[in-house]
Amino acid sequence: MPNRTRSNGHSLAPLEKAPTGITGLDEISSGGLPKGRTTIVCGGPGCGKTMLGLEFLVRGAVEFNEPGVLMAFEERPEEMARNVASLGFDIKNLADRKKLFLDYVYVEPSEIQETGEYDLEGLFIRLQHAVDTVGAKRVMLDTIEALFSGFSNPGILRAEIRRLFRWLKERGLTTVVTAEKGEATLTRYGLEEYVSDCVIVLDHRINDQISTRRLRIVKYRGTSHGADEYPFLIDEQGMSVLPVTSLALEQAASNERVSTGVADLDAMLEGKGYFRGSSILVSGTAGSGKTTLATSFADATCRRDERCLYVGFEESAKQLERNMKSVGLDLDPWIKKGLLFHEAWRPTQFGVEMHLLRIHKLVEKLKPRTVIIDPVTNLITGSTEKEVHSMLMRLLDFLKGRGITSLMISLTDAGGNLEKSETGISSLIDTWILLRDAELNGERNRVLYVLKSRGMAHSNQLREFVLTREGIKLVPAYIGSGGVLTGSSRVAQEAREKADALVRQEEVRGRQKELDHKRRALQAQIDSLKAEFAAEEAEMCRVIEQNQEREHSLDEGRDAIARSRGTNSKPERKPPMTKAAGGER
Amino acid sequence: MKKQVQSAQDTAEVMLLRLYVAGQTPKSLAALSNLKRLCTQHLEGKYRVEVIDLIKNPGLAQGDQILAIPTLVRSLPQPIRKIIGDLSNTERVLVGLNLRPAADAPRSKAAGA
Repeated sequence: MPNRTRSNGHSLAPLEKAPTGITGLDEISSGGLPKGRTTIVCGGPGCGKTMLGLEFLVRGAVEFNEPGVLMAFEERPEEMARNVASLGFDIKNLADRKKLFLDYVYVEPSEIQETGEYDLEGLFIRLQHAVDTVGAKRVMLDTIEALFSGFSNPGILRAEIRRLFRWLKERGLTTVVTAEKGEATLTRYGLEEYVSDCVIVLDHRINDQISTRRLRIVKYRGTSHGADEYPFLIDEQGMSVLPVTSLALEQAASNERVSTGVADLDAMLEGKGYFRGSSILVSGTAGSGKTTLATSFADATCRRDERCLYVGFEESAKQLERNMKSVGLDLDPWIKKGLLFHEAWRPTQFGVEMHLLRIHKLVEKLKPRTVIIDPVTNLITGSTEKEVHSMLMRLLDFLKGRGITSLMISLTDAGGNLEKSETGISSLIDTWILLRDAELNGERNRVLYVLKSRGMAHSNQLREFVLTREGIKLVPAYIGSGGVLTGSSRVAQEAREKADALVRQEEVRGRQKELDHKRRALQAQIDSLKAEFAAEEAEMCRVIEQNQEREHSLDEGRDAIARSRGTNSKPERKPPMTKAAGGER
Repeated sequence: MKKQVQSAQDTAEVMLLRLYVAGQTPKSLAALSNLKRLCTQHLEGKYRVEVIDLIKNPGLAQGDQILAIPTLVRSLPQPIRKIIGDLSNTERVLVGLNLRPAADAPRSKAAGA
């Protein structure tokens, strides 16, 4: 035994760990409790100290082949067996198979009279006997503080407890010691001063009537460990601790696309749909069709033969099933086929951490490819926005890390700023679809648009979102000077436009006719003027001819006279003729 | 260490004592010699003593819920009484064995008085 202590002290190898097998605890403690050393688990009454220790022992015996000794100072082993049977731990059976040794240490002060010097060698002998019987590697003392009420000499007691811890360490026993929380110290009797390897504090807090259990590793010598407070849960599978934040943004990004379940919406997202493993937020006011959109996605997931987990905080499975039938989505076959899992619970049932833990556990169990949460905003009941934000961040991280496509529904207050998602999670979201109501002319219609979608050229259009018996249809909305028109306003507007166009066409045709008419009138006028002119011209020609003829005959007459007179002069002949012609006009 | 009948009243009042020790430690040895002295002085044969060494029989510690060493257990008469320590304080041992009345042990069987 001394050999082992020395080798622990001198070797530079990292501290050896004894895995607890408790979900999450091994993660935050980088592998488990310090092997061969003592860990103090302290906390108030009912905070789960015994549970942690017991699970450590039972899982050690069952999963890691490390038998254990349970030394109980407060509860009889039978009581304890009954208490943990509901968690699926059969400690009686383990004891029969010599995987576990149960020793109940009972101290009744009224039976004891102290007379002179003593030590607690009896305790050591019992422990040694127990360890030898099963070949134990793990020990749990629950809770050793009970000794303080049994013995009146604190000096002896403290010396013996110090000796006990040293004794356990020398034997390389990985030990869990439970202790009550003290006022000013971690434990009521200051046990932490004897044990300096690892101290875990459990806490049980009530916030707005909702209780949350938390775990914190206060101290863990020689190892890195998460220092935050981690929420934990005790349920049918025992204890699970929730690592609060994942350490880095290292999720793989898939290029695979998955259909949204709405052909028109797929078309808006490059015709392909969402990225697999991305996070989608559907936000909108009450009754804007968020659930229907989410259910369509669930339906599409199941059509691909993939599992979908639907976590509902508002509707029961049956209610959702009935309501979705009205829009042509039949979920029943998917549920029967084991593809769709609808889990519904009240948002007020427990604190935000518990919701997260529960979703975690469901995801681990069901291994879905799609997770839908309807709606995340309900989680705010009983928690602060900050808590919800960190919870969602963790949830999204967790889902992304597993390549699970997540769709969250967020309910926004009517009249509030639509683009401000209440929990401020928009920055964590890859694709954000906004649904809203357009209220006009005594009608309420739904409008959908893609506010953002990382990594794709998504449509910038506003679409009218119509729920039909065959599912969701997205109709291009009318966008005009009067804003976005939807529903019957859109139809009316379209009719009005048609009429207007008709009127305009009519007008054009009228104008054309008029022009035609004018052209014809002009032509007629031209024709008549031409005719008049022609008539005048003809008249003029006739006059000229007559004049010429007259002139000619006058000339002939004169010639004849001249001839008859015997003269031959002709010069006076022309001027009178031109004079006569000018005088006519 | 055989019982001796002292009077008619005491016939049934045989005291069964078990002394738990762990090896030959000074405390164990002191307890043993103190017990012997006490018995001869105050019980005069109305007792039986069994000494159990837990180093040899560790499994026996569980039955009588032994933690402290040395522990003297009075298993008879009922109720069970435990006296821990090296039994050096005779007064307290006598109170513990109900042989002497004390403020915190009112019931007296008047065995040795």
